[in-house]
Amino acid sequence: MRIFDPHIHMTSRTTDDYGRMAAAGVRAVVEPAFWLGQPRTNPGSFTDYFDSLVGWEPFRAAQFGIRHFATIALNPKEANDPRCRPVLELIPRYLDKDSVVAVGEIGYDAMTPEEDEAFSVQLALAVEYELPALVHTPHRDKAQGVKRTLDVVRESGISSGRVVVDHLNEVTVGEVHDTGCWMGFSIYPDTKMSPPRMVEILRAHGLERVLVNSAADWGKSDPLLTRRTGEAMLEAGFSEDDVDRVLWRNPVEFYGQSGRLDLSETADTGPLFEGSSILRGGS
Amino acid sequence: MEQNAWLTDAVARVGDSPRAIVRLFAAAGRHYRPAEEARIRLLHALPAEAVPYWIDDLYRHGDSNEKLAVLRALPDLPLDVEAVPLLHDALRTNDTRLIGAALGPYARHLDQHAWRHAVLKCVFVGVPLEEVDNLDQRADRELAVMVSALRAEREAAGRRLPADAYRLLERIP
Repeated sequence: MRIFDPHIHMTSRTTDDYGRMAAAGVRAVVEPAFWLGQPRTNPGSFTDYFDSLVGWEPFRAAQFGIRHFATIALNPKEANDPRCRPVLELIPRYLDKDSVVAVGEIGYDAMTPEEDEAFSVQLALAVEYELPALVHTPHRDKAQGVKRTLDVVRESGISSGRVVVDHLNEVTVGEVHDTGCWMGFSIYPDTKMSPPRMVEILRAHGLERVLVNSAADWGKSDPLLTRRTGEAMLEAGFSEDDVDRVLWRNPVEFYGQSGRLDLSETADTGPLFEGSSILRGGS
Repeated sequence: MEQNAWLTDAVARVGDSPRAIVRLFAAAGRHYRPAEEARIRLLHALPAEAVPYWIDDLYRHGDSNEKLAVLRALPDLPLDVEAVPLLHDALRTNDTRLIGAALGPYARHLDQHAWRHAVLKCVFVGVPLEEVDNLDQRADRELAVMVSALRAEREAAGRRLPADAYRLLERIP
Protein backbone atom coordinates (compact mmCIF):
# COMPACT_ATOMS: atom_id res chain seq x y z
CA MET A 1 0.00 0.00 0.00
CA ARG A 2 1.56 3.30 -1.06
CA ILE A 3 0.32 6.30 0.86
CA PHE A 4 0.42 10.05 0.23
CA ASP A 5 -0.77 11.88 3.36
CA PRO A 6 -2.17 15.13 1.95
CA HIS A 7 -2.34 16.90 5.32
CA ILE A 8 -0.02 16.24 8.26
CA HIS A 9 1.91 18.58 10.58
CA MET A 10 5.25 16.80 10.74
CA THR A 11 6.86 19.72 12.60
CA SER A 12 4.98 18.42 15.65
CA ARG A 13 5.96 14.78 15.14
CA THR A 14 9.04 12.76 16.06
CA THR A 15 11.54 10.89 13.94
CA ASP A 16 9.96 7.70 15.35
CA ASP A 17 6.78 8.75 13.56
CA TYR A 18 8.68 9.17 10.29
CA GLY A 19 10.12 5.67 10.72
CA ARG A 20 6.71 4.13 11.43
CA MET A 21 5.11 6.03 8.56
CA ALA A 22 7.75 4.86 6.10
CA ALA A 23 7.32 1.27 7.29
CA ALA A 24 3.53 1.62 6.82
CA GLY A 25 3.91 2.74 3.20
CA VAL A 26 3.87 6.54 3.45
CA ARG A 27 6.04 7.88 0.60
CA ALA A 28 4.94 11.52 0.42
CA VAL A 29 3.33 14.11 2.67
CA VAL A 30 1.99 17.63 2.41
CA GLU A 31 2.50 19.76 5.52
CA PRO A 32 0.15 22.73 5.63
CA ALA A 33 1.18 25.83 7.55
CA PHE A 34 -1.08 26.20 10.55
CA TRP A 35 -0.97 27.24 14.19
CA LEU A 36 1.26 25.59 16.73
CA GLY A 37 -0.87 25.49 19.85
CA GLN A 38 0.95 28.46 21.39
CA PRO A 39 -0.17 31.65 19.60
CA ARG A 40 2.67 33.53 17.89
CA THR A 41 3.15 37.22 18.51
CA ASN A 42 5.17 38.55 15.56
CA PRO A 43 5.89 37.93 11.87
CA GLY A 44 9.43 36.72 12.57
CA SER A 45 8.04 33.61 14.22
CA PHE A 46 6.27 32.81 10.96
CA THR A 47 9.41 33.38 8.89
CA ASP A 48 11.24 30.77 10.95
CA TYR A 49 8.26 28.40 10.74
CA PHE A 50 7.85 28.77 6.97
CA ASP A 51 11.63 28.40 6.49
CA SER A 52 11.47 25.14 8.40
CA LEU A 53 8.64 23.91 6.15
CA VAL A 54 10.80 24.41 3.03
CA GLY A 55 14.13 23.64 4.70
CA TRP A 56 14.71 21.42 7.69
CA GLU A 57 11.48 19.41 7.56
CA PRO A 58 11.98 18.15 3.95
CA PHE A 59 15.54 17.19 4.91
CA ARG A 60 14.30 15.31 7.96
CA ALA A 61 11.62 13.51 5.90
CA ALA A 62 14.15 12.56 3.23
CA GLN A 63 16.17 10.60 5.80
CA PHE A 64 13.22 8.20 5.87
CA GLY A 65 12.61 8.14 2.12
CA ILE A 66 9.56 10.41 2.42
CA ARG A 67 9.02 13.36 0.04
CA HIS A 68 7.85 16.43 1.95
CA PHE A 69 5.83 19.23 0.37
CA ALA A 70 4.20 22.23 2.05
CA THR A 71 1.35 24.66 1.77
CA ILE A 72 1.91 28.21 3.00
CA ALA A 73 -0.57 30.70 4.48
CA LEU A 74 -1.53 32.82 7.46
CA ASN A 75 -3.99 30.60 9.32
CA PRO A 76 -7.43 31.98 10.25
CA LYS A 77 -6.93 31.91 14.02
CA GLU A 78 -3.77 34.01 13.99
CA ALA A 79 -5.16 36.23 11.23
CA ASN A 80 -7.22 37.75 14.04
CA ASP A 81 -4.12 39.05 15.86
CA PRO A 82 -3.12 42.46 14.49
CA ARG A 83 0.51 41.71 15.40
CA CYS A 84 0.48 38.78 12.95
CA ARG A 85 -1.28 40.47 10.05
CA PRO A 86 1.99 41.59 8.36
CA VAL A 87 2.59 37.88 7.73
CA LEU A 88 0.39 38.33 4.65
CA GLU A 89 3.21 40.36 3.12
CA LEU A 90 5.72 37.54 3.68
CA ILE A 91 3.68 34.87 1.97
CA PRO A 92 4.10 35.64 -1.75
CA ARG A 93 7.81 34.87 -1.75
CA TYR A 94 7.18 31.42 -0.30
CA LEU A 95 4.54 30.71 -2.93
CA ASP A 96 7.30 30.57 -5.57
CA LYS A 97 9.18 27.72 -3.87
CA ASP A 98 9.43 24.37 -5.66
CA SER A 99 8.07 22.36 -2.73
CA VAL A 100 5.10 24.65 -2.03
CA VAL A 101 2.14 22.97 -3.73
CA ALA A 102 -0.83 25.02 -2.46
CA VAL A 103 -1.93 28.05 -0.47
CA GLY A 104 -3.18 26.90 2.92
CA GLU A 105 -4.54 26.38 5.47
CA ILE A 106 -6.87 29.27 4.86
CA GLY A 107 -10.54 29.61 5.79
CA TYR A 108 -12.45 30.24 9.00
CA ASP A 109 -11.96 29.69 12.69
CA ALA A 110 -14.48 32.00 14.39
CA MET A 111 -15.79 33.72 11.23
CA THR A 112 -14.65 37.25 12.01
CA PRO A 113 -14.23 40.15 9.55
CA GLU A 114 -10.44 39.74 9.91
CA GLU A 115 -10.74 36.11 8.84
CA ASP A 116 -12.94 37.15 5.92
CA GLU A 117 -10.23 39.45 4.65
CA ALA A 118 -7.29 37.06 5.14
CA PHE A 119 -9.27 34.31 3.43
CA SER A 120 -10.16 36.30 0.33
CA VAL A 121 -6.70 37.91 0.03
CA GLN A 122 -5.05 34.49 0.11
CA LEU A 123 -7.52 32.94 -2.34
CA ALA A 124 -6.51 35.74 -4.70
CA LEU A 125 -2.85 34.80 -4.13
CA ALA A 126 -3.68 31.20 -5.07
CA VAL A 127 -5.11 32.44 -8.36
CA GLU A 128 -2.15 34.76 -8.97
CA TYR A 129 0.49 32.10 -8.23
CA GLU A 130 -1.49 29.38 -10.04
CA LEU A 131 -1.67 27.19 -6.96
CA PRO A 132 -4.49 25.08 -5.52
CA ALA A 133 -5.96 26.10 -2.16
CA LEU A 134 -6.33 24.06 1.03
CA VAL A 135 -9.30 25.33 3.02
CA HIS A 136 -9.73 24.52 6.71
CA THR A 137 -13.30 24.41 8.02
CA PRO A 138 -14.07 25.47 11.59
CA HIS A 139 -14.56 22.90 14.31
CA ARG A 140 -17.27 24.95 15.99
CA ASP A 141 -20.36 25.99 14.02
CA LYS A 142 -19.02 23.80 11.21
CA ALA A 143 -22.13 23.55 9.02
CA GLN A 144 -22.53 27.32 8.90
CA GLY A 145 -18.78 27.70 8.40
CA VAL A 146 -18.79 25.38 5.42
CA LYS A 147 -21.66 27.30 3.77
CA ARG A 148 -19.85 30.58 4.21
CA THR A 149 -16.59 29.01 3.01
CA LEU A 150 -18.20 27.84 -0.20
CA ASP A 151 -19.68 31.30 -0.81
CA VAL A 152 -16.26 32.93 -0.46
CA VAL A 153 -14.64 30.34 -2.73
CA ARG A 154 -17.31 30.96 -5.36
CA GLU A 155 -16.85 34.75 -5.20
CA SER A 156 -13.04 34.48 -5.45
CA GLY A 157 -13.15 33.14 -8.99
CA ILE A 158 -10.79 30.23 -8.27
CA SER A 159 -11.77 27.06 -10.12
CA SER A 160 -13.62 24.75 -7.71
CA GLY A 161 -11.50 21.79 -8.87
CA ARG A 162 -8.43 23.56 -7.45
CA VAL A 163 -9.88 23.83 -3.93
CA VAL A 164 -10.01 21.20 -1.20
CA VAL A 165 -12.42 21.84 1.65
CA ASP A 166 -11.02 19.93 4.61
CA HIS A 167 -12.16 18.32 7.87
CA LEU A 168 -15.55 17.30 6.47
CA ASN A 169 -17.99 14.86 8.05
CA GLU A 170 -21.33 13.18 7.32
CA VAL A 171 -23.21 16.45 7.76
CA THR A 172 -21.04 18.65 5.53
CA VAL A 173 -19.84 16.33 2.76
CA GLY A 174 -22.92 16.54 0.54
CA GLU A 175 -22.86 20.27 0.10
CA VAL A 176 -19.18 20.32 -0.83
CA HIS A 177 -19.62 17.37 -3.20
CA ASP A 178 -22.13 19.37 -5.22
CA THR A 179 -19.79 22.34 -5.72
CA GLY A 180 -17.05 20.44 -7.57
CA CYS A 181 -14.51 21.21 -4.81
CA TRP A 182 -12.35 18.37 -3.48
CA MET A 183 -13.43 16.86 -0.16
CA GLY A 184 -10.88 16.38 2.62
CA PHE A 185 -11.38 14.07 5.60
CA SER A 186 -9.16 14.06 8.67
CA ILE A 187 -9.11 10.67 10.36
CA TYR A 188 -8.67 11.12 14.09
CA PRO A 189 -8.56 8.68 17.02
CA ASP A 190 -11.70 10.05 18.69
CA THR A 191 -13.06 13.10 16.97
CA LYS A 192 -13.30 14.44 13.41
CA MET A 193 -13.64 11.15 11.44
CA SER A 194 -12.86 7.45 11.98
CA PRO A 195 -11.83 4.72 9.48
CA PRO A 196 -15.21 2.89 9.62
CA ARG A 197 -17.16 6.14 9.18
CA MET A 198 -14.83 7.08 6.31
CA VAL A 199 -15.61 3.80 4.58
CA GLU A 200 -19.33 4.57 4.80
CA ILE A 201 -18.79 8.01 3.29
CA LEU A 202 -16.82 6.49 0.40
CA ARG A 203 -19.68 4.03 -0.18
CA ALA A 204 -22.23 6.83 -0.23
CA HIS A 205 -20.32 9.49 -2.18
CA GLY A 206 -17.76 7.57 -4.25
CA LEU A 207 -13.99 7.92 -4.53
CA GLU A 208 -13.80 10.92 -6.83
CA ARG A 209 -12.30 14.17 -5.43
CA VAL A 210 -11.78 12.58 -1.99
CA LEU A 211 -8.61 13.18 0.06
CA VAL A 212 -8.03 11.17 3.23
CA ASN A 213 -5.50 12.58 5.69
CA SER A 214 -4.32 12.04 9.24
CA ALA A 215 -3.97 15.77 10.02
CA ALA A 216 -1.66 14.52 12.77
CA ASP A 217 -0.24 17.38 14.82
CA TRP A 218 0.55 18.26 18.44
CA GLY A 219 -2.89 17.11 19.62
CA LYS A 220 -4.19 13.59 20.07
CA SER A 221 -3.77 12.19 16.58
CA ASP A 222 -2.16 9.28 14.73
CA PRO A 223 -0.08 9.47 11.53
CA LEU A 224 -0.97 5.85 10.67
CA LEU A 225 -4.73 6.38 10.43
CA THR A 226 -4.38 6.80 6.66
CA ARG A 227 -3.10 3.21 6.56
CA ARG A 228 -5.86 2.08 8.94
CA THR A 229 -8.43 3.62 6.58
CA GLY A 230 -6.95 1.75 3.62
CA GLU A 231 -7.19 -1.49 5.61
CA ALA A 232 -10.79 -0.72 6.58
CA MET A 233 -11.58 -0.14 2.89
CA LEU A 234 -10.15 -3.54 1.97
CA GLU A 235 -12.08 -5.26 4.76
CA ALA A 236 -15.26 -3.62 3.50
CA GLY A 237 -14.75 -5.01 0.01
CA PHE A 238 -13.02 -2.11 -1.79
CA SER A 239 -10.24 -3.24 -4.15
CA GLU A 240 -6.50 -2.59 -3.87
CA ASP A 241 -6.91 -0.25 -6.82
CA ASP A 242 -9.64 1.70 -4.96
CA VAL A 243 -7.32 2.10 -1.99
CA ASP A 244 -4.48 3.24 -4.25
CA ARG A 245 -6.77 5.78 -5.84
CA VAL A 246 -7.86 7.30 -2.53
CA LEU A 247 -4.52 7.14 -0.71
CA TRP A 248 -2.16 7.90 -3.63
CA ARG A 249 -3.59 8.89 -6.99
CA ASN A 250 -6.16 11.38 -5.65
CA PRO A 251 -3.66 13.50 -3.71
CA VAL A 252 -1.23 13.30 -6.64
CA GLU A 253 -3.98 14.56 -8.94
CA PHE A 254 -5.03 17.37 -6.61
CA TYR A 255 -1.61 18.74 -5.69
CA GLY A 256 -0.28 17.92 -9.16
CA GLN A 257 -2.31 20.90 -10.32
CA SER A 258 0.46 23.05 -8.85
CA GLY A 259 2.81 21.83 -11.58
CA ARG A 260 5.42 21.30 -8.83
CA LEU A 261 4.70 17.84 -7.48
CA ASP A 262 8.02 16.21 -8.30
CA LEU A 263 7.79 12.59 -7.13
CA SER A 264 10.71 11.38 -9.22
CA GLU A 265 12.79 10.52 -6.17
CA THR A 266 10.01 8.55 -4.52
CA ALA A 267 10.50 4.79 -4.62
CA ASP A 268 7.49 2.72 -5.53
CA THR A 269 8.33 -0.37 -3.56
CA GLY A 270 9.31 -1.41 -0.11
CA PRO A 271 9.85 0.66 3.01
CA LEU A 272 12.84 2.87 2.50
CA PHE A 273 13.90 3.60 6.01
CA GLU A 274 17.36 2.21 6.56
CA GLY A 275 17.93 3.82 9.89
CA SER A 276 20.67 5.82 8.29
CA SER A 277 20.95 9.41 8.68
CA ILE A 278 19.10 11.56 11.01
CA LEU A 279 21.90 9.96 12.48
CA ARG A 280 21.53 12.41 15.33
CA GLY A 281 24.74 13.50 13.84
CA GLY A 282 26.32 10.19 14.47
CA SER A 283 26.25 11.06 18.15
CA MET B 1 26.02 24.25 -21.99
CA GLU B 2 22.47 23.52 -23.09
CA GLN B 3 20.62 26.29 -24.88
CA ASN B 4 17.35 27.12 -23.22
CA ALA B 5 15.08 30.01 -24.18
CA TRP B 6 13.80 30.50 -20.63
CA LEU B 7 17.29 30.67 -19.15
CA THR B 8 18.61 32.96 -21.89
CA ASP B 9 15.75 35.35 -21.28
CA ALA B 10 16.08 35.08 -17.48
CA VAL B 11 19.81 35.85 -17.61
CA ALA B 12 19.11 38.94 -19.73
CA ARG B 13 16.40 40.16 -17.36
CA VAL B 14 18.64 39.80 -14.30
CA GLY B 15 21.38 41.72 -16.08
CA ASP B 16 18.93 44.55 -16.82
CA SER B 17 17.22 44.56 -13.44
CA PRO B 18 18.78 42.63 -10.55
CA ARG B 19 15.51 42.54 -8.60
CA ALA B 20 14.08 40.24 -11.26
CA ILE B 21 16.26 37.49 -9.81
CA VAL B 22 13.93 37.06 -6.82
CA ARG B 23 11.20 35.12 -8.64
CA LEU B 24 13.42 33.69 -11.39
CA PHE B 25 15.83 32.14 -8.88
CA ALA B 26 13.02 30.42 -6.96
CA ALA B 27 11.26 29.14 -10.09
CA ALA B 28 14.36 28.12 -12.06
CA GLY B 29 13.93 24.37 -11.52
CA ARG B 30 10.52 24.42 -13.13
CA HIS B 31 12.03 25.68 -16.38
CA TYR B 32 15.54 24.25 -16.50
CA ARG B 33 17.26 21.15 -15.12
CA PRO B 34 19.46 20.86 -13.23
CA ALA B 35 17.98 23.76 -11.29
CA GLU B 36 21.26 24.49 -9.55
CA GLU B 37 23.06 25.13 -12.83
CA ALA B 38 20.36 27.64 -13.84
CA ARG B 39 20.49 29.33 -10.43
CA ILE B 40 24.25 29.71 -10.58
CA ARG B 41 24.04 31.20 -14.05
CA LEU B 42 21.48 33.71 -12.78
CA LEU B 43 23.84 34.72 -9.96
CA HIS B 44 26.59 35.28 -12.50
CA ALA B 45 24.25 37.50 -14.50
CA LEU B 46 24.03 40.00 -11.62
CA PRO B 47 26.03 43.22 -12.04
CA ALA B 48 29.13 42.87 -9.84
CA GLU B 49 28.13 45.66 -7.49
CA ALA B 50 24.76 43.98 -6.85
CA VAL B 51 26.20 40.57 -5.95
CA PRO B 52 26.80 41.05 -2.19
CA TYR B 53 23.26 42.29 -1.57
CA TRP B 54 21.48 39.66 -3.62
CA ILE B 55 23.40 36.58 -2.51
CA ASP B 56 22.54 37.53 1.06
CA ASP B 57 18.88 38.13 0.20
CA LEU B 58 18.52 34.96 -1.88
CA TYR B 59 20.24 32.78 0.71
CA ARG B 60 18.18 34.12 3.60
CA HIS B 61 14.89 33.75 1.72
CA GLY B 62 15.86 30.51 0.04
CA ASP B 63 14.67 26.96 0.51
CA SER B 64 17.41 24.36 0.99
CA ASN B 65 18.13 23.97 -2.72
CA GLU B 66 18.35 27.73 -3.25
CA LYS B 67 20.72 28.03 -0.28
CA LEU B 68 22.85 25.25 -1.76
CA ALA B 69 23.05 27.04 -5.10
CA VAL B 70 24.21 30.24 -3.41
CA LEU B 71 26.86 28.44 -1.35
CA ARG B 72 28.22 26.57 -4.36
CA ALA B 73 28.36 29.75 -6.44
CA LEU B 74 30.34 31.76 -3.86
CA PRO B 75 33.90 30.84 -4.93
CA ASP B 76 33.39 32.12 -8.47
CA LEU B 77 31.45 35.30 -7.74
CA PRO B 78 33.05 38.75 -7.38
CA LEU B 79 33.12 38.73 -3.59
CA ASP B 80 35.56 39.44 -0.83
CA VAL B 81 34.52 38.43 2.69
CA GLU B 82 30.91 39.64 2.45
CA ALA B 83 29.39 36.17 2.33
CA VAL B 84 31.17 34.73 5.39
CA PRO B 85 28.01 35.15 7.54
CA LEU B 86 26.23 32.80 5.13
CA LEU B 87 28.86 30.12 5.80
CA HIS B 88 28.35 30.53 9.52
CA ASP B 89 24.60 30.15 9.02
CA ALA B 90 24.99 26.99 6.96
CA LEU B 91 27.42 25.52 9.48
CA ARG B 92 24.92 26.10 12.30
CA THR B 93 22.40 23.80 10.60
CA ASN B 94 22.30 20.04 10.80
CA ASP B 95 21.58 19.73 7.08
CA THR B 96 24.54 17.71 5.80
CA ARG B 97 24.22 19.14 2.28
CA LEU B 98 24.50 22.73 3.54
CA ILE B 99 27.43 21.90 5.81
CA GLY B 100 29.35 20.27 2.96
CA ALA B 101 28.58 23.11 0.55
CA ALA B 102 29.84 25.68 3.08
CA LEU B 103 33.31 24.12 3.01
CA GLY B 104 34.13 24.69 -0.65
CA PRO B 105 36.91 27.03 -1.82
CA TYR B 106 35.17 30.14 -0.43
CA ALA B 107 35.78 28.70 3.08
CA ARG B 108 39.30 30.11 2.78
CA HIS B 109 37.68 33.20 4.35
CA LEU B 110 36.71 31.29 7.51
CA ASP B 111 39.12 31.83 10.40
CA GLN B 112 41.01 28.77 11.54
CA HIS B 113 38.94 28.25 14.69
CA ALA B 114 35.64 28.24 12.77
CA TRP B 115 37.11 26.08 10.02
CA ARG B 116 38.38 23.43 12.46
CA HIS B 117 35.00 23.22 14.14
CA ALA B 118 33.34 22.91 10.74
CA VAL B 119 35.58 19.99 9.78
CA LEU B 120 34.96 18.35 13.15
CA LYS B 121 31.22 18.77 12.56
CA CYS B 122 31.62 17.01 9.22
CA VAL B 123 33.20 14.05 11.00
CA PHE B 124 30.47 14.18 13.64
CA VAL B 125 27.47 14.22 11.26
CA GLY B 126 29.04 12.13 8.52
CA VAL B 127 29.68 14.66 5.75
CA PRO B 128 32.34 13.07 3.50
CA LEU B 129 35.64 14.90 4.04
CA GLU B 130 36.25 14.96 0.30
CA GLU B 131 33.76 17.85 0.27
CA VAL B 132 36.18 19.97 2.31
CA ASP B 133 38.30 22.09 0.00
CA ASN B 134 42.02 22.33 0.71
CA LEU B 135 41.73 19.93 3.64
CA ASP B 136 45.25 18.51 3.70
CA GLN B 137 46.94 21.90 3.40
CA ARG B 138 44.85 23.47 6.13
CA ALA B 139 44.51 20.62 8.65
CA ASP B 140 46.70 21.32 11.68
CA ARG B 141 47.73 19.74 14.97
CA GLU B 142 44.82 21.32 16.82
CA LEU B 143 42.34 19.76 14.43
CA ALA B 144 44.05 16.43 14.93
CA VAL B 145 43.69 16.78 18.71
CA MET B 146 39.96 17.56 18.33
CA VAL B 147 39.30 14.64 15.98
CA SER B 148 41.34 12.31 18.21
CA ALA B 149 39.24 13.32 21.22
CA LEU B 150 36.08 12.50 19.30
CA ARG B 151 37.61 9.18 18.30
CA ALA B 152 38.32 8.41 21.96
CA GLU B 153 34.69 9.13 22.88
CA ARG B 154 33.33 7.03 20.05
CA GLU B 155 35.62 4.11 20.70
CA ALA B 156 34.86 4.19 24.43
CA ALA B 157 31.24 3.69 23.40
CA GLY B 158 32.15 0.81 21.10
CA ARG B 159 31.65 2.90 17.97
CA ARG B 160 33.86 4.20 15.20
CA LEU B 161 34.52 7.41 13.30
CA PRO B 162 33.85 7.45 9.56
CA ALA B 163 36.75 5.82 7.69
CA ASP B 164 37.83 9.11 6.08
CA ALA B 165 38.42 10.61 9.54
CA TYR B 166 40.95 7.87 10.39
CA ARG B 167 42.70 8.53 7.11
CA LEU B 168 42.78 12.25 7.90
CA LEU B 169 44.43 11.58 11.27
CA GLU B 170 47.13 9.54 9.55
CA ARG B 171 47.89 12.41 7.19
CA ILE B 172 48.21 15.19 9.76
CA PRO B 173 51.89 15.38 10.71
